[in-house]
Amino acid sequence: MTRDITLGQYFPGSSPIHRLDPRAKLLLTIAFIVYIFVANNFWSLGFLTVVTFCLMAVSGVPVKMYFKSMKGILFIVLFTSVLNLFYGSGPVLVQIGFMQITANGIQNAIFIAVRIVSLILFSSILTFTTSPTELTDAMERLMSPLKSLHVKVHEIAMMMTIALRFVPTLLEETDKIMAAQKARGADMESGGLMQRIKSLIPVLIPLFVSSFRRAYELAMAMECRCYHGGEGRTKMKVLHMVALDYIALLFGAAVLAVVILLNIFLPTVI
Amino acid sequence: MIPLLETQDLCYTYGAGTPFEKKAVQNVSVKIHQGEFIGVIGHTGSGKSTLIQMLNGLIRPTSGKVLLSGRDIWEDPKKIRAVRFKVGMVFQYPEDQLFEETVLKDIQFGPRNMALPESEIERRARAAAKFVGLPDDLLDKSPFELSGGEKRRVAIAGVIAMDPDVLILDEPTAGLDPAGREVLLSEILDYHKKRGNTVLLVSHSMEDVARVASRVLVMNASHLQMLDRTEAVFARDQELESIGLQVPQVTKIMAELKGRGYPVKTCLTVEQAVAQLLPLVRKGDDRA
Amino acid sequence: MEFIKAEDVHFTYDEPNEEHPDAPVHEVLKGIDLSIGRGEFVALLGHNGSGKSTMAKMFNSMLTPTSGKVLVDGMDTADESKTYDIRRQVGMVQQNPDNQLVASIVEEDVAFGPENLGIEPKEIRRRVDEALKAVDMYEYRTHAPYKLSGGQKQRVAIAGILAMETACIVLDEPTAMLDPRGRAEVMDTIRMLNHDKGITIILITHYMDEAVQAGRVIVMDSGRILTQGTPEEVFSQVDLLKTHKLDVPQATELAFRLSNAGCKFPRCVLTIDECVDALVPMLSGKGDSA
Repeated sequence: MTRDITLGQYFPGSSPIHRLDPRAKLLLTIAFIVYIFVANNFWSLGFLTVVTFCLMAVSGVPVKMYFKSMKGILFIVLFTSVLNLFYGSGPVLVQIGFMQITANGIQNAIFIAVRIVSLILFSSILTFTTSPTELTDAMERLMSPLKSLHVKVHEIAMMMTIALRFVPTLLEETDKIMAAQKARGADMESGGLMQRIKSLIPVLIPLFVSSFRRAYELAMAMECRCYHGGEGRTKMKVLHMVALDYIALLFGAAVLAVVILLNIFLPTVI
Repeated sequence: MIPLLETQDLCYTYGAGTPFEKKAVQNVSVKIHQGEFIGVIGHTGSGKSTLIQMLNGLIRPTSGKVLLSGRDIWEDPKKIRAVRFKVGMVFQYPEDQLFEETVLKDIQFGPRNMALPESEIERRARAAAKFVGLPDDLLDKSPFELSGGEKRRVAIAGVIAMDPDVLILDEPTAGLDPAGREVLLSEILDYHKKRGNTVLLVSHSMEDVARVASRVLVMNASHLQMLDRTEAVFARDQELESIGLQVPQVTKIMAELKGRGYPVKTCLTVEQAVAQLLPLVRKGDDRA
Repeated sequence: MEFIKAEDVHFTYDEPNEEHPDAPVHEVLKGIDLSIGRGEFVALLGHNGSGKSTMAKMFNSMLTPTSGKVLVDGMDTADESKTYDIRRQVGMVQQNPDNQLVASIVEEDVAFGPENLGIEPKEIRRRVDEALKAVDMYEYRTHAPYKLSGGQKQRVAIAGILAMETACIVLDEPTAMLDPRGRAEVMDTIRMLNHDKGITIILITHYMDEAVQAGRVIVMDSGRILTQGTPEEVFSQVDLLKTHKLDVPQATELAFRLSNAGCKFPRCVLTIDECVDALVPMLSGKGDSA
């Protein structure tokens, strides 16, 4: 069940996107998320969606994986779209009780759905082509100016690395403990809300206990390997921006220009 | 006689219909009778974990049937919990599942889920604690204060307290030291003899399996490779080695001697080997 | 050449009780003297609670003696200014393969140690590749650890220590949670490191078939050294081991029981082959009706 989750899953490869500096990728992803909200008509949003599909193709990660990552949030997409369906003005197309569906509402629903889907797909490009360590490394570097404000940048990055490392391990453990409690007759599939929350206790307590044990052992293992904070630490993978990264950033700027132009010069359908 | 537990053409496929499809168990048909002690062997990934989890309804077969006393356990999926009370399952490192405030309460978790009367819950929990050799003064302690070996016993008692007709143990001695393994194995064997129920013991230790099992089930690459009397299975040492399994050292020694033409039979324990070898050695002395 | 030396090491986990200074303290180590030479392969045996894991943590200054001394390459483990120098020399691999890998990618995990030491990026790359090749995990360098088998994870953990170029590796029951195939992989790796790379190995285990592969076996019981010597010397004391809740390999036990019954074994046997070879000249009846 929990095996389906693709969160933070990395697919090693050698596509141009894989080779980009993670800092450039992180910045571009943040920029793109902003663009998606800047885009206010179908032309500009459509353009961004096409760009996303092109980048997905360039990434070399199987398209199947992208759609698998959509599975988990399909419900949210449907929910927000359906909600938007009923918030429209203009001529009524369908009347269900007191709720009305208008042409405008349908457009809204589609617009929102496309927005969320491109958002998820674009973030997936980042997580599929960047190893978690690279990602946290990029955050550490980008946030390093904050060090002067006494923000513990290295510690935050290290915590994220470890959290990402242990997500799959803990999911697997959750499965195992649930099976063990079911074998002792625990009923987790029926009953009301309170009943169900109560039935989680036999799973959560063992999970906490084992997490503490893991944390203790991991701390020991890290000390054995001479870990002593960020001071004087080097990295195997040194980040340095090369031509490819500057081209990518320029590309990002160009995309913004196109979005703004499309926003201004093509009619707003909505 | 209807077998207590039977599988017919049992199959399970993970992620059926996706690119990650993996056949874990294929066409396994076995009959297990009341009172048997069965060793289950096979290396990691052979399908033995999936197989045993189908036997108590934790995993629903993709095709095929599991029959308990002749009835399909999935006949009414709503009653699958009742099956889990009859086919008890102790997972690997079961101490990871303890969660109650006291040892006694934790052992009572299973019987309480069965909705038994309070007096019966209490009686069963105490009896189960006795079976696994937990002293009374531990019962009111927090399970998290106990040693590793004691926690293991508490977890096993938690399943025994449901009084299952079939008890499945997945590597109950993993991670214990030799003395701990020895004691726990004896306790399981004792419990089996006194209670007279059916036990399935999954183990990587061929020495343990050879010592306690009356029949051995061998899984290999998602198929049933063998199910036969323990002597008969371990006599096929070369076949076992070809699928990455060992036989006990003493069995191997006797097999080597047999291969060199000495009149010895398959042995499972050191005692048996000594009994067979002593007469032969004496004879050798006489001749010299 | 002496590399690690322990002199009269005592250890107790409890702080002295100030209210009841006479209250009995539970001493885990009760005076351990031992010396381990460079390039040795030592197995440390003992049942749970014998103090062997506590002793293991003394070798790289994870714990320091309550009284007595541990010297690593001449450095006192109690000297805090030397802690990192000692851990550069003596690496440690633990029992649970899941709880000692830090990064989500194999090669990045192996790089963790050298990164902490502040080594040049190019040199780290070289060491990581070399370490992964040594444990035969190079082709898995970009995999996620959680998708590997237990034996593979342990080999990655060993590579993580190798990349620090330590002179000695302490392994605390590295195979206890593995299946037979994983155990064999890890033992092959350990033997290779000792034999081909001359790395000092201290293997804590309660599997006798692993201990027989060592050059020297030290048996601990309730905080003391019970006996030590070559595997032959130690395992020939079958009675002593059994009374201290330890096991011997079945081959050794068979030979022991037969020799108690009057058969003369030329020497202590440890493996299946040795046992068969020793038995054959004693047996008769070959070719008799089987």
